[in-house]
Amino acid sequence: MCNFHIWCFEVMYVVMSWIWTLILAISLVCAGVLDRGSALAGAVVQGAQAGISLAFSIAGSICLWTGVGKLMERVGLTRGLSKLLSPVLRRIFPSTQTDETVRHYLSANICANILGLGNAATPMGIQAAKRLKDPKRPGIATDELCRLIVLNTASIQLIPANVAAVRAGLGAAAPFDILPAVWVTSLCSAVLGLTAAWIMGVVKRHD
Amino acid sequence: MTDYVVPVLLLLTALLALHKKENAYDLLLDGAGDGLKLLSSIVPALVLLLTAVSMLRASGAVELFSGFLAPVFSFFGIPPETALLVLIRPLSGSAALAVGAELMGQYGPDSLIGRTVAVMLGSTETTFYTISVYFGAAGIKKTRYTVPAALFADFAGFFMASLTVRLFWA
Repeated sequence: MCNFHIWCFEVMYVVMSWIWTLILAISLVCAGVLDRGSALAGAVVQGAQAGISLAFSIAGSICLWTGVGKLMERVGLTRGLSKLLSPVLRRIFPSTQTDETVRHYLSANICANILGLGNAATPMGIQAAKRLKDPKRPGIATDELCRLIVLNTASIQLIPANVAAVRAGLGAAAPFDILPAVWVTSLCSAVLGLTAAWIMGVVKRHD
Repeated sequence: MTDYVVPVLLLLTALLALHKKENAYDLLLDGAGDGLKLLSSIVPALVLLLTAVSMLRASGAVELFSGFLAPVFSFFGIPPETALLVLIRPLSGSAALAVGAELMGQYGPDSLIGRTVAVMLGSTETTFYTISVYFGAAGIKKTRYTVPAALFADFAGFFMASLTVRLFWA
């Protein structure tokens, strides 16, 4: 798994090198055409400093929430939440009804995501993904695997602490007042994504 | 109401820790230290990406680009100003944070656009990165309909973020 992570980051760095170069090229061409050279030069300095300011404005919040996250994990909040969610999970992932291990990994993954414990969620999700494979067709994604990915990319999160920290840093009156909107939005996107996956699964049954 | 969610959660975890005889303060300190490491690992990326995003905005490219995509975005009720965020969100988490923070600074965190950006950031994920980590680790080569389904979920997130912010605050 370690090697694989290194590989992932390498691919990401190649992609980011392209994005970086592309952004610089587009900026230079646009500034040239629109005659905004001095603004562009100023943006280089201001942008770099803004990166540090942003990091500082979310630093406290990141530290606090990784601390709270560790505590939540240790006191078993993840386990309590997974008990609450098990009826829903049983419907989305039928194999959890028979496979005790996959049920454990799946609910740990989803509950860690909900509590914002990204670092704890990924290894659990990978274990679940390995067990959700079809042993007869190992290289092909099963319907349940697709649903696991959709649930993970839909990002159902109780407290989006980093975003709230950015808002607080910029002087928002009540940084957490976006919570209900975030809940409604991520729940809807998860339900719609799962519905889309279900429809596509029926259509592409024989792939 | 929502003002109490975070303080209540903090107290709840502390009480649970007392009940389970765990050393809450020690765990918090330990975790906060990990947070510092996490932070130092993302700071260089934030510096580079905010430089790139500021240059893109100063050059006028963002306006051109948003203007170009405006009809499509307006059709779905998504503010065209968020175009860059929508495109970069599935690719890179720190780039999305950089773009989002820049937008919130530009329009104000309590403006409709600022709130839409915040809700978008809070309710979507780095889709392509997640897919590559999970499927790579599980050895899946044929992803079938995973990418369209996950991207549809992202789109639903951007659409619903714009809709909920309009309903709650406009």
